[in-house]
Amino acid sequence: MSAPPPLGRSLTELSAALSRREVSSEEATRAVLSRIEATDGRLGAFLRVTPEPALEAARASDARRARGEATSPLDGVPLALKDIFLTNGVETTAGSRILAGFIPPFDATVVDRLRGAGAVLVGKLNMDEFAMGSSNENSAFGPCRNPWDLTRTPGGSSGGSAAAVAARQVFGAFGTDTGGSIRQPASLCGVVGLKPTYGRVSRYGVVAFASSLDQVGPLGRTVADAATLLGAVAGHDPRDQTSSQHPVPDYLEGLEDGARGLRIGVPREWFQGGTEAGVERRIREALAAFEAMGARLVDVELPHSKYGVAAYYLVAPAEASSNLARYDGVRFGPRAPARSLSDMYGETRDAGFGAEAKRRIMLGTYALSAGYHDAYYLKAQKVRTLVRQDFDRAFERCDVVAGPVSPTVAFSLGEKIDDPLQMYLADVYTISCNLAALPGLSVPAGLHPGNGLPVGLQLVGRPFDESTLLRAARALERELGPSPAPEAIG
Amino acid sequence: MSEAFQLVIGIEVHAQLLTRSKIFCGCSTAFGGEPNSHVCPVCLGMPGVLPALNRRVVEFAIRTGLALSCTVQGKSVFARKNYFYPDLPKGYQVSQYELPICVGGSVDFTVDGVEKHVRLTRIHMEEDAGKNLHGVALDGSSGVDLNRAGVPLLEIVSEPDIRSIDEAIEYLKALRAILMYLGVNDGNMEEGSFRCDANVSVMPVGSKVLGTRCELKNMNSFRFLRQAIDFEMRRQVAVIEGGGNVRQETRLFDPQRGETRPMRSKEEAQDYRYFPEPDLPPVMVPPAWVEEVRLTLPELPRARAARYQRELGLSAYDAGLLTADRDVAQFFDAALAARGGGAAAAKRLANLLNGDVARLANETGLVPAAWRITPSALAGVVRLSDDGVIGGPGVRQVIEELFRDGGDAEAVVSARGLAQVSDESAVEAAADAVIAQSPGEVERYRAGNRKLLGFLVGQVMKAMKGKGNPAVVNAVLTRKLGG
Repeated sequence: MSAPPPLGRSLTELSAALSRREVSSEEATRAVLSRIEATDGRLGAFLRVTPEPALEAARASDARRARGEATSPLDGVPLALKDIFLTNGVETTAGSRILAGFIPPFDATVVDRLRGAGAVLVGKLNMDEFAMGSSNENSAFGPCRNPWDLTRTPGGSSGGSAAAVAARQVFGAFGTDTGGSIRQPASLCGVVGLKPTYGRVSRYGVVAFASSLDQVGPLGRTVADAATLLGAVAGHDPRDQTSSQHPVPDYLEGLEDGARGLRIGVPREWFQGGTEAGVERRIREALAAFEAMGARLVDVELPHSKYGVAAYYLVAPAEASSNLARYDGVRFGPRAPARSLSDMYGETRDAGFGAEAKRRIMLGTYALSAGYHDAYYLKAQKVRTLVRQDFDRAFERCDVVAGPVSPTVAFSLGEKIDDPLQMYLADVYTISCNLAALPGLSVPAGLHPGNGLPVGLQLVGRPFDESTLLRAARALERELGPSPAPEAIG
Repeated sequence: MSEAFQLVIGIEVHAQLLTRSKIFCGCSTAFGGEPNSHVCPVCLGMPGVLPALNRRVVEFAIRTGLALSCTVQGKSVFARKNYFYPDLPKGYQVSQYELPICVGGSVDFTVDGVEKHVRLTRIHMEEDAGKNLHGVALDGSSGVDLNRAGVPLLEIVSEPDIRSIDEAIEYLKALRAILMYLGVNDGNMEEGSFRCDANVSVMPVGSKVLGTRCELKNMNSFRFLRQAIDFEMRRQVAVIEGGGNVRQETRLFDPQRGETRPMRSKEEAQDYRYFPEPDLPPVMVPPAWVEEVRLTLPELPRARAARYQRELGLSAYDAGLLTADRDVAQFFDAALAARGGGAAAAKRLANLLNGDVARLANETGLVPAAWRITPSALAGVVRLSDDGVIGGPGVRQVIEELFRDGGDAEAVVSARGLAQVSDESAVEAAADAVIAQSPGEVERYRAGNRKLLGFLVGQVMKAMKGKGNPAVVNAVLTRKLGG
């Protein structure tokens, strides 16, 4: 059994159907809620579903529509959010026990903008605790599964977001990407995932993991869906002084312009045998398809990208160790009973944080410690500069850089969970984009020739040039035809 | 203190800035209020919140830097100082570390007539923490009040250039006066809006090598500062003379016992794991902004005191007292304008302001803004005094009434009947009566015991119920007694 109508539609199609009044937002929302009810027991994409407020928002959208006041393409569209976005009055945990029961008194800027656009928010999606992980297995509330194969992970940390979109539970979702957390699960679940340029989308009200790397982005069934979702949330926010004043273009404009004349950089370092053969085959086929469409492939070098994972695992934990200090049991979240202040801190944090969060707090605290700060944190920051300079040089010769998102297709639950280093290496191709603050996108590049699981192509662009990434991705999407729906979830 | 040791002090001042809102959010900075009534998700350190820098804080930092002859840096960077404490909501304080907004500069002042120049290391911007309140709940447990969390602070760090307790106090007074003149700080030590820590060490006289220092905290008045440093200096000398070594540590002053006690030692010292605050871009201060702020700088205390000496002929002492508080100096200027006249009037006003008025202000604890006496009323007192309408005791009594109840000098004088009797016929009548009643004293005076004039003047004043103009009484008696 595949997803019933209107769930077969993309967000873009639903939006058009809503404006033609072929379907109401309430109908679409009810369909979404029953789909979630029918499938999520097996999938585990949602941590929380909020049917009443969703239906209320849907009816309000229908009323606007009836009055002719619905102007945004998202008006009445059911969406869901990674549980890292603060939602006023709705529990927000970031996948951590230490935030269990935390009900925010305000909305994240992204949430505020989505509500303003009339979107119907149906619930909060599963994720690795504090966005730390590449398999969603670090969620304190149970794993999420891959809708293509329920024995496998959807990737992470935005695993719930990718799985929900792939399983046709919602028409689009938002996640965050610190080292690949949107692109890798998008790749493993066969959907489009975009990490915008650092500063493109406000981080206000997004639970922080690594502040200089975190970026909010959309996951959609199609490239156009992702473009529409990004357009609704991008832009400067006075509450986030790291958000950019750079003007926000219409991301749908030029989307269909094709790949002709595009110079696609192929970094030598991303094709040196680190990728599983079936994945690499699909990636090379995608590059060949671009060439056939009139794009030109250009060899480029990213010599410092090999230091990316090492630098990332110093900078990100360093910032995380500080960002996670506020979870101390004093003001919100659970507090362990203890006799002294330091015991209260220790026991609260011991009970509240999972193993990976603790590991990164330790790593980060060490990297910032007196005597080690220069050798680790400072050195890693220098690597960041070099990684960015590599890309700057590459972009003198090409418009986008292309390669794999992940070295493998979706891996099995439990396969890497006891081997943190193997898990970290799942992000080997996605990390440099975050280190360099550049936009990156994962677009389906077909199914693995052996196991039939999705493979994603990664495209990395110049700062604030999301439009070119979307245009190139759309060209491939058109060439390869609509990406199929996963069958395992039914 | 043993003659063989030299005291060395460096001071860190934390001055709360008089902005209306906090450094990173829109909450009020007002002192007091119900606990946790001036808070929002940002200053509560909720998940997902981000700081938005208050531009006024940067402007105040530039203003202070210029007034203290610092170099205002074109680019400075906020950093996180990481440590756990219940009053620190985020588990880190947003401060500045490697790149503060101001470097260098100095504070110049006078101690016992000697010019002193204390160099500054740096000035940086940071957020204040909240306050732990102990035993507030019914069960005796502790609470946290975060009203103060996020109130903007300037930390002003001196070089170890201070060599005595008096210098330390004069340094703080001079710095405090400058900050108050600039309108960036209210100078209130008791409420903690002007706080200081002192780095204290001793070294053998003549040595070039500084001794190991201890950082003293919790001194919220000049008196406590004096006690704390005095205790600490003696303690360190005793340690060294006993053959020991001073340990580098942070020590808390206990005002009840008048002593300092170790808070944490170097070995237990926190590793603050500073790193640049990724949530805030670097603070850029273009030269044009600095120049714009420079144009708004007021005349500072030392310049004003110098002007009073030069233009009004006041002594350095009087000028220094008048200018220590900007509001007092402004009161003085207004009173002088109301009185008119030059050096003589200035001297009279300075004496009254630095004398009776300062005494009353001290007794009542009222700051100039709260005084009921007005500059024109004080000018009126001087005018009545100059005109001989009131004498010394009358002046004091009028000022006391004006300070307590306000109003103008003439009204007080007439309501209280304080006007002196200068009418010679009235004085003569009283003098005649006294001469008649005191034949013995008059006899002895005339025989040459001139000291008895004072007694006889006193008798006349007493007969006139103290209202006789002393000069007239003197003249009349001298004339009548002859000889």
